[in-house]
Amino acid sequence: MEPLLSAGRGAGADLVEVFLERTDHLGVLAEQDTITNVSPALGMGAGIRVFLGERDGFVSTNDLSAAGLMAALDQALGMLALVRSVPDRSPFEGLPGLRDFGAAKLDWLDRCPDLREATHRLLEGTDRLQRHGSHLQARRGSYARDWQEVLVAASDGTFARDIRLHQSVGLNVLAADGDHRAGVGRRYGTSGRPDDLRQWNAETSAQEVCASASTMLYADYVEAGQCPVVLANRFGGVIFHEACGHLLETTQVERGTTPFADRVGSAIAHEAVTAIDEGLSDGAFGSLSMDDEGMEPQRTVLIENGVLQRFLSDRAGERRTGHARTGSGRRQSHSFAAASRMRNTYIAAGPHTPAELIASVDRGLYCKAMGGGSVGPTGQFNFAVEEGYLIENGELTKPVKGATLIGEAKEVMPRISMCADDLELAAGFCGSVSGSIFVTVGQPHIKVDSITVGGR
Amino acid sequence: MTRSPSGLDAETLRSRLDQMAARSGIRQWDLGAACSTDTSVQVDRGEAKQMKGAQRSSITVRVWNDDGLVGITSTSDLSDAGLERALAGASEASAFGNADDIPAFSPLATAPLQPLDQPIKDPVSILDLLATLKDAEHQLLESHPAIDTVPYNGLAQRSSDRIYLNSAGACRQQQLTTASLYLYARAEEAGRKPRSAGAVRLAYGAADLDIAGCIEEAAGLTASHLDYAPIETGRYTCVFSPEAFLDLIGAFSNLFNARAVLDGVSLSNRESLGESLAVPFLDLHDHGRHPGNIGASAFDGEGTPTARLALLEGGVLRHFLHSEATARAFGVAPTGHAGMGAKVSVGPDWFEIGPTPGSGGGQQGLNRFTAADPIVWIDSLSALHAGVKASQGSFSLPFDGWLLRRGERRSIEAATVAGDIRQVLKAIVGFEGEPQITPDGVCPHVWVEGLSITGEA
Repeated sequence: MEPLLSAGRGAGADLVEVFLERTDHLGVLAEQDTITNVSPALGMGAGIRVFLGERDGFVSTNDLSAAGLMAALDQALGMLALVRSVPDRSPFEGLPGLRDFGAAKLDWLDRCPDLREATHRLLEGTDRLQRHGSHLQARRGSYARDWQEVLVAASDGTFARDIRLHQSVGLNVLAADGDHRAGVGRRYGTSGRPDDLRQWNAETSAQEVCASASTMLYADYVEAGQCPVVLANRFGGVIFHEACGHLLETTQVERGTTPFADRVGSAIAHEAVTAIDEGLSDGAFGSLSMDDEGMEPQRTVLIENGVLQRFLSDRAGERRTGHARTGSGRRQSHSFAAASRMRNTYIAAGPHTPAELIASVDRGLYCKAMGGGSVGPTGQFNFAVEEGYLIENGELTKPVKGATLIGEAKEVMPRISMCADDLELAAGFCGSVSGSIFVTVGQPHIKVDSITVGGR
Repeated sequence: MTRSPSGLDAETLRSRLDQMAARSGIRQWDLGAACSTDTSVQVDRGEAKQMKGAQRSSITVRVWNDDGLVGITSTSDLSDAGLERALAGASEASAFGNADDIPAFSPLATAPLQPLDQPIKDPVSILDLLATLKDAEHQLLESHPAIDTVPYNGLAQRSSDRIYLNSAGACRQQQLTTASLYLYARAEEAGRKPRSAGAVRLAYGAADLDIAGCIEEAAGLTASHLDYAPIETGRYTCVFSPEAFLDLIGAFSNLFNARAVLDGVSLSNRESLGESLAVPFLDLHDHGRHPGNIGASAFDGEGTPTARLALLEGGVLRHFLHSEATARAFGVAPTGHAGMGAKVSVGPDWFEIGPTPGSGGGQQGLNRFTAADPIVWIDSLSALHAGVKASQGSFSLPFDGWLLRRGERRSIEAATVAGDIRQVLKAIVGFEGEPQITPDGVCPHVWVEGLSITGEA
């Protein structure tokens, strides 16, 4: 590491960062009552990033030999028109002692369920689906275990190592009865808990999936238009993630694609809304001991009572926008440069009960389970409703399907007018400029006064 | 066998695997390998934003154990130790192979390969890429006073190698160079919402990219969305751009996927072959070898040669996409659409959509600019990963497009289009214009009647 950092600084780079990675992935798929796919994958590689002012060059490689790494450094330097000097006249004085966040995690991989145990647990899941479901045409259970060891060294004195462990279990069914079809899936995930799959409650998970499929199988399509919506807790938090969270990353400030760039200290949301992003919640999917730039994560209050407090920032974001780093530099793997990304992002609990939110709506939509979503370059967002119900005269009535919620962050955030007292988090994946990463979304039940519901 | 620019050599790799497998007592194995080198640049208002380079390598190895069960492992560590570890992992995984569905070597893995006309282009320096992209960004920013940034842009080039080997003597290798340019501009006028649009171009080398065309298309599209208005919710006749219609068909490709049929998650079933799925003037082929397909594969993940395959002819379902295992289950030949796995995935390659020869292609003389009734022109669909229920047939998707009234077009503010793919295929009115080559396939503009549009009006 030190020769690379020294050579980079000697060539004139302001800062050199090296990210080393080793991964051990296991994926298992069960269909009906059979294990149909077991797919281990082993990975290793390095990402080298060189900064000169606000510019940077990034090179990734699977060649971890000394020559391979130096060639990658040379390529990164060349992108900034820098060349290694001989002899090395680097001002770099060496790395400090290693901050080893992984020292207590060395046995994590061994403590995870082995392949045999994982397959047994998955088959238990698909068996439970069969017991609780009806009209099931397909049953699937999937398990993923991602172990990652990272080492980050930078010429500013960063020298840190960590071990990460993520496990997730998904159950999916396709129910079919004549022309009626319903595909329902749920995924459960944690980080840093080797025993997670053993602790997973297959019975409860299967009941939840089958109940949803049974309800949605005969549901009518939602009527399109504008209406108030109540979004359930847990994965309902994807609305904040997509509608606003991405726009509070310095990556968006750099691009000029957030409407909130100069709004720190201003009201951008209803006063009922306080929103937080952190990497600290125990076992949450987006939790970190350190980010992918070696910084310990902070609890970052993004919005407090509707007022924008700060942005999520990484190293490049700090250099280019002036927003101080928040331990939010994240990347899927060594082949991506880190970028400011969300970790565990949630809207804080409010004073109401979920029943009060529903009772406040004469005619609207209750979104119990959300699908994925996305946000466009001008702040338009959208996300799918997996399980929805009509609200009529303050009560939940019939289930509806096929809804997509669309809108713009600037318009929707002021319309989140009520928050309930039942905050819960849910595991998910987020894809953006630095790849697909583990994140948590969350919220209590919230009410949006008006939003466009796409349907038929 | 040609030695590749990335240093991957099929014969050397075979020799190493042969020796390792023999030491481990493995008699049957196959391997897929890929290596690539990439360089790319992004700019921001005349300055380099990020320049990237990547050297990637990966190998996936499958082994059959003494019980005939298959295990698989992937690795990016191509050292002997890494390969040994991958073989050991695959052997361990093979104990959990599915005895009811055992993949075999493709019977076509040693069949002759028809060559593809894919010129290998030398890479240009990354500083040349940067200069080219800076100039493109400058031209785009100058093209319209409302265009203030090009927040998403990139110019990239790649050199890659693919290899397929198996212990029965198959040896495939393909080298390819490609380049891509994308420009997504953002425009804003006083008192109005920001709007954005963009364009993409592909070529075999960076010097061959149609940069002027990409700038012109991105500028024209972005400007055309400045004068936007909400649309009333209702049912409209829609005209899909080639890109949008190809995206929609791609999202529902499980209609044609034999693996999905066997798994019970397709909208089709074994008896669907021969059924009429669409209007009688629609042809749909999978044609990965089309000359317009930059990045065409000569063989699939099992070494099967790629080929043009009729999926719909005259609206009738003719064939499914197959791997070796699904083809065996259906009693047909593999079609060249397999991935590689213990359970082999199957997927489409590149679609060719158009009128059935001799059918007339539906209503004649369609022209969205002269239509009497309001027409919704859907230029691009968003959020397909979230808004498509592939196994249910339904979709609800945000889109960018225009409302056309008596020849005048006005951009549509945030709206969604919703429907069922089976109804869409039966509600095609006809085609407009010549088929256009896109990154995902070739297709003309497609008219579909009676689709549900949700707007904010």
